[in-house]
Amino acid sequence: MAAVYPLIFAALLFCVGVYGVLSRRNAVLVLMSVEIMLASVTINLVTFGEIAKARGDVLLTGQVFALFVLAVGAAEVGVGLALVLLLYRNRASVNIDEADLMKY
Amino acid sequence: MNGITLPDVFMLLVAVLGGATAILVVVSRNVVHAALYLVVTLLSVAGAFLMLGAEFLAWSQVLVYVGAVVVLILFGLMLTRAPIGPMAQHNEQGVLALGVSLALFGFLCVVIFQAFGDVRLILVPVTTAAIGEVLYVQWAFPFMSLGFLLTVALIGAIVMARREEGEGPEPPAETDADAGSRLRPHRPDLTTAEPGVFAEREQQVRS
Amino acid sequence: MSDYAWLIPALPAVSAALIVFFGKRLPKGGAEVGIAAIGLAFLLSVGVAVQVFSANVAAVAQVPHAEEEARAGTEVAGLGAPGGLLAAAAEPEEETIEIPAGVSAFVRERSVQLTPFGGQYGFEAGIRVDGLAAMMFLLVCFVSLLVQIYSTSYMQGDPRYTWYFALLSMFTASMLLLVIGNNLMLVLMGWELVGICSYLLIGFWWEEKANSDAAIKAFLTTHLGDVGLMVGVITMWSLFATFNIGEIIAAVQAGTQAGGAALDTGLLTFGLIALFIGAIGKSAQFPLHTWLPDAMAGPTPVSALIHAATMVTAGIFLVARLYPVFSASATAMAVVAVIGTITLFMAGLLAVVQDDVKRVLAYSTISQLGYMIAALAFSYTAGIFHLFTHGFFKALLFLGAGSLIHAVHSNNMSDMGGLRKFMPWTFWTFLVGSLALAAIPPLAGFWSKDEVLAGGLEAGGYTGWLLVVLGSLGGMITAFYMTRVMWLVFAGEFRGHGHPHESPAAMKWPLAVLAVPAAVMGFFNLPFGTLHSRGFAAWTLFDLEYFTNHEAHFFLPMALGTTLLAGVGIVVGTKLYRQVPEREPMLELGPVSGVLVNKFYLDRLSTDLIVRTLVRTKLANAAYWLNDHVLDRTVFLLGVGTAKLGRGTYTYADQRGIDGTVNGLAGGAGFLGREVFRKFQSGNVQLYAGGMFAGVFLLAVLFATAT
Repeated sequence: MAAVYPLIFAALLFCVGVYGVLSRRNAVLVLMSVEIMLASVTINLVTFGEIAKARGDVLLTGQVFALFVLAVGAAEVGVGLALVLLLYRNRASVNIDEADLMKY
Repeated sequence: MNGITLPDVFMLLVAVLGGATAILVVVSRNVVHAALYLVVTLLSVAGAFLMLGAEFLAWSQVLVYVGAVVVLILFGLMLTRAPIGPMAQHNEQGVLALGVSLALFGFLCVVIFQAFGDVRLILVPVTTAAIGEVLYVQWAFPFMSLGFLLTVALIGAIVMARREEGEGPEPPAETDADAGSRLRPHRPDLTTAEPGVFAEREQQVRS
Repeated sequence: MSDYAWLIPALPAVSAALIVFFGKRLPKGGAEVGIAAIGLAFLLSVGVAVQVFSANVAAVAQVPHAEEEARAGTEVAGLGAPGGLLAAAAEPEEETIEIPAGVSAFVRERSVQLTPFGGQYGFEAGIRVDGLAAMMFLLVCFVSLLVQIYSTSYMQGDPRYTWYFALLSMFTASMLLLVIGNNLMLVLMGWELVGICSYLLIGFWWEEKANSDAAIKAFLTTHLGDVGLMVGVITMWSLFATFNIGEIIAAVQAGTQAGGAALDTGLLTFGLIALFIGAIGKSAQFPLHTWLPDAMAGPTPVSALIHAATMVTAGIFLVARLYPVFSASATAMAVVAVIGTITLFMAGLLAVVQDDVKRVLAYSTISQLGYMIAALAFSYTAGIFHLFTHGFFKALLFLGAGSLIHAVHSNNMSDMGGLRKFMPWTFWTFLVGSLALAAIPPLAGFWSKDEVLAGGLEAGGYTGWLLVVLGSLGGMITAFYMTRVMWLVFAGEFRGHGHPHESPAAMKWPLAVLAVPAAVMGFFNLPFGTLHSRGFAAWTLFDLEYFTNHEAHFFLPMALGTTLLAGVGIVVGTKLYRQVPEREPMLELGPVSGVLVNKFYLDRLSTDLIVRTLVRTKLANAAYWLNDHVLDRTVFLLGVGTAKLGRGTYTYADQRGIDGTVNGLAGGAGFLGREVFRKFQSGNVQLYAGGMFAGVFLLAVLFATAT
């Protein structure tokens, strides 16, 4: 398999995730876009891990790293959602546009 | 690249599916639909892992993300009273976001093709046993730190989301707020939680 | 000392400025500054005169045979009447006098070249001190000093007292500038300045329209002459390419003009006559004399200063200054002689019918100026000596008249009479002045007028004899009208109102002081031999060769004749006016009186003929239209244009341009802050994230392309 396929796939996912992070109003949706980005990162890692294995890596670095990212991503979603709940509790809205108290 | 082999085809299929659903996630007007599309996206990611020969990773992905994370997200949507139904989901930064992501995608494509355009992967599936052997021996220390991190995250999330006395959203009161105006002339009262303009707008869009 | 002669005009100029700025605050209203300045100037001029005169006398002493020649001339002329005349008419043989090398008349010239535009076009500011200038310094400073002292009393209580003294100082400074200038430009400047000061002083009491009219008449008439003066100056420039008087004289004496070509006598004559026209205007010669009688509208001390001793002598001074140039053109000299002679006779006749004592003196001045001008045509020394003596006794007469007017509060002689017992001091000094004017020996006027006529006699020819005849008759007429004045004013019963009294001290003493030179100045220029070569003629000589060739001659027969004629005049006057007649006999002469009273219809000529013609032919209208619509419009448009420019500058340059820029800068800063930089602080997290991603993207591109 040509390496570009998973890499392009990962790049696509990453850019879609960027778009979602920047343009979605609901904070939970933003979290979902972040998840997409993380997924793309894992694909990347695995692909490069394979390339590294072909070049002499014996530690399966790519896949292990991807595993870690997976776990950390899950933890991050948990904490992020807790934050969103807190935001909702205080502002009665998860609209990020309304969370702009830090302006000028 | 040399001819398209069967693994290439499958990879392409998975990639198309994943890309399409990812795009649907970020443009969908219904938040629950978006969550469901996310499921498919993550499943296609798992499919990609399979194609790359990381079977343990694929299954972990399904378990963790599709199983747990998406459920978490759905719960979050429910707890934050996300509107059930279509509504305008995008904010002012649409143009900027599109521009940035398109530019980034283009750039990445160019770089990838330049750097790895002629690299072929030899697909040898990696067994779980192999992962395990490496994980608990050479990667033991990061593995335990990971466990530690997960514990901390768990505790932190619980602490943050804990409900204090007297806190919590009031039942939505029927207030007539500014009709659909995004420019608020005053800040909402921070001590009490009122349904913001969000709720009214949702009424507007629906009606 | 003569190097510091520039102080002499500078002191009154400074005092004029000081009086203008500080005079009102001074205890005596500025008079003390003026008197102090002119006093100092007078002392300086005495010093300069001593230096110059002694240098000239020393130069004369070094010329051999000069004295012998003088003595010989006297002897020849002293023989019997016809013989003497004939001998004088036939030029006696003259040996050529050798003048030792290195001996010459005293001329000190100092000048600075002012070249404000760098090199090419310059202006020379310099002084030329010689015998003539030194004499003029003495005359001007002395008379000005006495007039200023006199004025402290005469003008007391006048609301514009301070300005009066400022004007007197300014005038004195201008006259001294005219005298001291070493180039025609400075002379022209001084000329115009004295014209302005004269205008301001004649119209000093301008609340009366007659006074301001008189001032304008004076100014315009002299200015008409100034046209000629300027033409003359320009002609001199075109001939000699220089304004410097010394250089012009040198060029004429060498017979060359600018560029080394031979002197074009035609052009020179034209230029000289043009210059002389200026002198006609300023020195009130026929036909531009009409302004002087009307100028008596000014305060009497002003008349004494300006119209007796100084300004009116400017024309004579000009001719004397350029004497070598004038003598190069016989035609110009003839014109000078004829004009002078006509003037002296005509003005004398006009003085006879005047009732205003100042007008009598004014016409007398015109007549005497005619004497001076005519004298210059024949003899340098005669002309300027008469100028010198006349300055003293005419100033004396005017100040005396001022004293009379002050006492009687009227100018007219019909309001006076019998003032001898009220004002003895005035009477005696006036008498001295009158006798001097009538040329009664041994007073100063006799010697100077005699020299004038002697010059005419010696030169011979039509102009010379004309001068002698008319001059003698003029002397008789002068004696007549002065006698008339004396009897009408001082004898008989007082015809006026009020109680006349003698003048205060400040007015009496200048009269007395002036009476002294009026009496004795003649003895400084006795035309006898050694006295001559050590006297006035030697003091004011401008050229040793001229001096040695033109010895003064004393023709006893002629002197006796003129004295006799003067005596006749006195007798007739006494006979007519001893008992003050009921009706003025001069007005009984039928048509002659009519002509005289109407001043030979010259005024009628200018008003009726010239003015009416101009009006009838619409020339005057055209000139007025031109002035109003072209010249005035230009000035108005300039003003409007300037105002518009100012407004435009204000609106566009200042408000829109500069203020706009400043406001724009502020607005731009505000705009930037409001619309651009504020977005960065929107508090919108996604905006921040977007910015970060964009930045990361750029960095990535950078890294990718850099490697």
